[in-house]
Amino acid sequence: MSSNIDTNDHIISFEDVHKWFGNFHVLKGINIKIDKGEVVVVFGPSGSGKSTFIRTINRLEEHQNGKITIDGIELTTDLKNIDAVRREVGMVFQSFNLFPHLTVRDNISLAPMKVRKWSRQEATRISDELLDRVGISDQADKYPAQLSGGQQQRVAIARSLAMQPKIMLFDEPTSALDPEMIKEVLDVMKELASSGMTMVVVTHEMGFAREVADRLVMFDEGNIVESGSPEEIFENPKNDRTKLFLSQIL
Amino acid sequence: MVTEQERSMFSITTSIYNWVRDNLFSSPLNILITLFVFPFAFYLFISSGDWILNQAEWDAITSNIRIFLIGQYPQSELWRIGTVAFITTNLLGISWHLKGIVFQRLSLIILVPLISVILIPAMFLDISIGLRSWLALVSMGFLFGYLLSKFQTISTRVLLISWSLSMIIDFILLRGIEDFGALPYVSTNEWGGLLLTFFLAIIGILLSFPLGIFLALGRRSNLPFVKGACVIFIESIRAVPLVTLLFMTLIIVPLLLPEGWRLDRVGRAIAAITIFSGAYMAENVRGGLASVPVGQTEAAKALGLGPLLTTTLIVLPQALRNVIPAIVGQFISLFKDTSLVVIVGLLDLVGIGKAVVLGNVEYIDQQAEVYVFIAAVFWVFTFSMSYVSQIIEQSLGVGDR
Repeated sequence: MSSNIDTNDHIISFEDVHKWFGNFHVLKGINIKIDKGEVVVVFGPSGSGKSTFIRTINRLEEHQNGKITIDGIELTTDLKNIDAVRREVGMVFQSFNLFPHLTVRDNISLAPMKVRKWSRQEATRISDELLDRVGISDQADKYPAQLSGGQQQRVAIARSLAMQPKIMLFDEPTSALDPEMIKEVLDVMKELASSGMTMVVVTHEMGFAREVADRLVMFDEGNIVESGSPEEIFENPKNDRTKLFLSQIL
Repeated sequence: MVTEQERSMFSITTSIYNWVRDNLFSSPLNILITLFVFPFAFYLFISSGDWILNQAEWDAITSNIRIFLIGQYPQSELWRIGTVAFITTNLLGISWHLKGIVFQRLSLIILVPLISVILIPAMFLDISIGLRSWLALVSMGFLFGYLLSKFQTISTRVLLISWSLSMIIDFILLRGIEDFGALPYVSTNEWGGLLLTFFLAIIGILLSFPLGIFLALGRRSNLPFVKGACVIFIESIRAVPLVTLLFMTLIIVPLLLPEGWRLDRVGRAIAAITIFSGAYMAENVRGGLASVPVGQTEAAKALGLGPLLTTTLIVLPQALRNVIPAIVGQFISLFKDTSLVVIVGLLDLVGIGKAVVLGNVEYIDQQAEVYVFIAAVFWVFTFSMSYVSQIIEQSLGVGDR
């Protein structure tokens, strides 16, 4: 068995992962290995399982068959493992999901204080640093509802980064944004990618994919139908489904 | 030349004229309604004013004011009630300074009637100098607390602990300690009037609120046993009238308690009020929990927060804020429902009223006055509760989505 060596090389490893929603077979045997520092863009038509795939990585969705290993920790029903994985994996959602009753600064410092047990001082210092990094240090004392969509999503990114994750997941991070705000969020993500963060991004922003991704993965009907470098996928797609999909969105 | 004063007089009359035109005579239907309702409202206003000032006899209340306020609580121990009131106004004064608008309004609501009662001349309000000076001392508590927190830094945590401690101290002060000379024991059976109404309502609220939260969380639990138990509890309690529950706790609670333990009448009434109100509270809270988007829980999970932290820090604060009106509505109905304890032989404010009217031949004609007085007292407190709830809603509205 070579799987032990594999998990040491790869920070994310899926082996024949299946998932059903009731009778609906949403993931049909996913195999993928992602290296540390790699940026993977996942795309495909809606209902293809790409969102479910990314949500199984931090077990917001449970898989029923197969093996998922994150940074050497296997995701099972063991709550300790789930907690350990969630501490290492940050996630950014389509609808931001900021905590509306907390200020921007408290949104960011909450988890470090409660989960990592940092002092308020330390957590505040980190959150101010991160707000500076995502370019909205002047909004720290506002509430999420007082910010624009692009600003909210940048706060959400800062909130995830505050836990110092090894992996960042982005589930359609720009789909709920007005066009003029998409760029500010993508810029933050580009900066993050260049800093060496391992990233899995579900998005249809193909400009971003071409510029930043190390690998593109096309999902269709619960399968990975094609994967490869941006050049391979954009210049010379092999799968008919990929060709059709790209011709529709490009 | 039109002087400045004339001009401003003119603008006031035009604005009154505009208001009347816009609000009372804006359409034929509104004109009709105004013409019909106005004489009626005017008549009602004049006749009730005439009744209150000229016809009504208020001595059933003024000469029994102590009983209305505290029931059969021994006269020699009055200082204990005064002390409890003083501690409370003191803490309100501190909270007023530290916590701003909510406590400020709450304090004013209590302070304004207090001071008016103290200042109304004896010819209109026949109450003793002793009572007036006690009320004056209690009002001074606000000032004392306010000044205390101004010159001495008090943290939120200390304030919270002080409030909790004051509840326990208040209870010990009022109830006394058996075989202890300075604080002789006063059985809760002797508490009555507004004191008992307050006691039932405050303890009922303090117990039923957490009970309701636990029941609501239990009802959403994934564990079939917990969920089932909560559903059965909530649904069976809500299916029963409070009066029935009061009778049941009167008879059943003593059977459930181990040998040698006794819960007095007031304790049993509180048990009934708490489980009754808790069941309704649970449904209010459940509505609030359902209103929090699932994305909130997912975001909290993704950050590594466990179920307990997710519930207490993320879900509950949002859920409760969303249902403040319903929760306060439940508190208000609990407050009014305390009057049902008359049925199990306790003399709360309403019970005292009944006893005063029926127990004295001289007051038998003053039934209307007594109940108007009781209604007014209830109105002042329930209105204050809903007013404070609105202020709380506004002050929490900052981070609205």
